[in-house]
Amino acid sequence: MHGMINRAIQCFLRDTYGAQAWLDIAENADLGFENFEAMLSYPDQITLDVLGRAARHLHKPVETFLEDLGTYLVSHPNVEAIRRLLRFGGENFTEFLYSLNDLEGRAKLALPDLEVPTLSVESCGDGTFRLRCSSAMPGFGYAMVGVMRAMADDYGALVFLEHSGWMDSGEEVITINLLEVAYAEGRAFDLFGRIGDGI
Amino acid sequence: MKHATFDPTSVCALMPMGLIYDDDGIIQFVGPTLGKLRRADTLIGKTISEVFSVRDNGRGTGDGPVPLSTKLYLNFTSGISTPLKGMAIAIDGANLNILNLSFGISILDAVADYRLTSGDFAHTDLAIEMLYLVEAKSAVLEETKQLNARLQGAKVAAEEQAYTDTLTGLKNRRAMDYVLDRMLRGGVHFALMHLDLDYFKSVNDTLGHAAGDTVLQRVAKILLEETRGDDMVARVGGDEFVLVFNKFVDHDRLMRTASRIIARLEEPIPYQDTVCRISGSIGITTTEFYASPSADKMIHDADLALYGSKHDGRAQATLYDPDRHDGGMPDGQVAPQRR
Repeated sequence: MHGMINRAIQCFLRDTYGAQAWLDIAENADLGFENFEAMLSYPDQITLDVLGRAARHLHKPVETFLEDLGTYLVSHPNVEAIRRLLRFGGENFTEFLYSLNDLEGRAKLALPDLEVPTLSVESCGDGTFRLRCSSAMPGFGYAMVGVMRAMADDYGALVFLEHSGWMDSGEEVITINLLEVAYAEGRAFDLFGRIGDGI
Repeated sequence: MKHATFDPTSVCALMPMGLIYDDDGIIQFVGPTLGKLRRADTLIGKTISEVFSVRDNGRGTGDGPVPLSTKLYLNFTSGISTPLKGMAIAIDGANLNILNLSFGISILDAVADYRLTSGDFAHTDLAIEMLYLVEAKSAVLEETKQLNARLQGAKVAAEEQAYTDTLTGLKNRRAMDYVLDRMLRGGVHFALMHLDLDYFKSVNDTLGHAAGDTVLQRVAKILLEETRGDDMVARVGGDEFVLVFNKFVDHDRLMRTASRIIARLEEPIPYQDTVCRISGSIGITTTEFYASPSADKMIHDADLALYGSKHDGRAQATLYDPDRHDGGMPDGQVAPQRR
């Protein structure tokens, strides 16, 4: 798994549960180092080990843990860059949802070796959308639920999100009920406003 | 052909940075994004040349105020100049022309200067992808910079922690300190030999540093050959070496070893099509001289003996003699009792 993803998991654990919790988990997972490097690659098994150990260490179901991770990625000031890059997707939450279809391509523009899940969003009418998500990392859909929940807050949209399980192909399906596009104020977003300025 | 149905609003939806001007160059209609750069009501009624300076590098056609059908470079004549790229075409028979504009490489500044949002760009415009890419690449570059800084720090730390002299493969001063400390704590008897090369500086000065390096590597080889596996050879300065002989304190044999080393150092060392000639001066002390030996004291005394060798004409070895050498000790230390 790309170092960016591992690094994000590390930052989530550190910023949410404290430096010591991260060190304990790293030791438990037998990493042999204390910090993931965002610009290096690591075997997939390492990521799975860290996630497994973390969920056990925190006494949380993996699904909840992944959803919290997704929320963190978009809402914590230490990883503001991710939120900004997602906000480039569109001016409102509906546009953002459709922009997820391009997310894989966009990510590859910036980091060709980043393995991003393939996402496809389609409207089912009545303000309901279905997001299908296929990833090398099982359970990624739960992280996407967290991401979308936080992005809805970011845009000020009112949504109801539900992980609707797995297809036979291994794809995860998420149902999104968009109740109101402009429910609350949302957070400001400027196209210009360099990464880091918001921290 | 009828042009009564020409609708500037729909044209400018396609080209939000566009404007429409008549054949006299007077601006008639301004696209919504261009209107964010300069308010539309301040542009309409003015001529193109009042608002913009236009440059076509002599490639355009037509007699109108703006060269047609070619790449144009424009700047605002007042306020923030914001370099723009553009192209103008005539609408046949309508007495109107369309000038479409784009930011080109000024996009980053423009977005900041005019607080543009993604809705300000045509759906076909790659501006948002461009901004996205700039931002993503900046984030990636920042990570890479941090990684480089960390690797650089790790390299420095590793070098500091290293025990090896990279040029000769011998131990370095750090390693020597560590070995001496360990041996002294273990109460091991040993001899410490301080070797300083003679005439090395002249090799460096006349033949260059590469020759000097060759000599140092040759010296290292000799020293390793003249010592045993559990002895230690360290390069502790440019042309200074310390040899530690484990459980080897017999004075006569130490002096014979030192003489053999000097003899071998004096063998000419081939370098390119010439040879380098050096020698060495040596000072020796052993743990036997001290009631409670310390590394600092032993190095100091070996130094005193070494300077005795230098003083007596170089290329020789001197054994530390408490009566002779400590008499001249500047810090007035009391000479240790010989056991």
